[in-house]
Amino acid sequence: MIIAEQKPFEEIKRSIAPAHKVLVVGCGTCVTVCFAGGAREAAILAASLRMAFKLNGDPKEITEVTVQRQCEWEYLDAVAEQVGKAEVVLSLGCGVGVQAIAERFPRTWVVPGLNTSFLGMPAEQGVWVERCAACGDCILGLTAGICPIARCSKSLLNGPCGGSQDGHCEVNADIPCGWQLIYDRLKALGKVEMLYEIRPPKNWRASRDGGPRKIVRPDLRLIEEE
Amino acid sequence: MNGDYQILAFCCQYCAYAAADLAGGLRLQYPPQVKIIQIPCTGKMDVLYALQAFEEGADAVMVAGCLPGDCHFLEGNYNAVRRVERVKHILQAIGLQPERIKMFHISSSMASRFVSAVEEMCSIVKELGPNPLRIDPKVVSEEKGDESE
Repeated sequence: MIIAEQKPFEEIKRSIAPAHKVLVVGCGTCVTVCFAGGAREAAILAASLRMAFKLNGDPKEITEVTVQRQCEWEYLDAVAEQVGKAEVVLSLGCGVGVQAIAERFPRTWVVPGLNTSFLGMPAEQGVWVERCAACGDCILGLTAGICPIARCSKSLLNGPCGGSQDGHCEVNADIPCGWQLIYDRLKALGKVEMLYEIRPPKNWRASRDGGPRKIVRPDLRLIEEE
Repeated sequence: MNGDYQILAFCCQYCAYAAADLAGGLRLQYPPQVKIIQIPCTGKMDVLYALQAFEEGADAVMVAGCLPGDCHFLEGNYNAVRRVERVKHILQAIGLQPERIKMFHISSSMASRFVSAVEEMCSIVKELGPNPLRIDPKVVSEEKGDESE
């Protein structure tokens, strides 16, 4: 899922300062699960902002609403009326959610309340780790289910590098070396010989190198939209 | 500051709430400005409860749970400690004194400790003054302006 964290409170305050009517829009999907922008976080942030501006002698009308998925227009349409009344929308969705609001409501000023961090998972309660770089050309089948793009600091395809020390990365001793993890797991599964195979270069055009990406599935298109 | 202030006490039903009950049974006197809210465990204490209390004008919030290691639900009181810390950070960010919220550990037999905890919160409120969110925002603004001058 998409992992995000809330921006510093002062930055959020500055971004909505010129407006009087503010709508905080939470998202009920990824950012709810990583406790960054769900209904509860939206309520906490809205209450905090109301109090902060009131204490500054500039009380604002700050309300909140949470949609199931900010990245789909159907869910945004359900809050169109509230969005229309707001001078600024403070989105607690990921970067996709912010842009979906901007695109769906062209006359609305929208600002982000979160920093979208990475694609990852909870490693333990309160700890999230990166697992995927969305490179568009998955090679997990060759690397024992451990991604060298996301988990090697250099995204090497022929690691480990010389900076790998006792299974740790030279960038930070708290980071396990991705390629050490790959080697250990291949060895445990009796498949180390896979590393000896010569493979063609990875297709980086499927990653950001090819510009903004788009997927079109003709079988799912509606006839009137073609 | 006169006696016109309000302190909310979120008390665990297994310990601090029972201690408050015992204090009443023992006819111990404590400041009447405290309003006790019974919760099933301080692990139920939500950051939002405290923020809503302050937004509505409460002068202080006390959270009272079991002694460390004695939580009926094992670690609810430890979770409460962390949430109280988070509220302190939020209060600091929005411009309210973080001392306005405090966590206490009080067992069901510690009636006099409950009384002293309430008295401690009262003295904190007296020292800090009323919650400025209860005051007209213009007055707050003017007061701040006076300070800057």
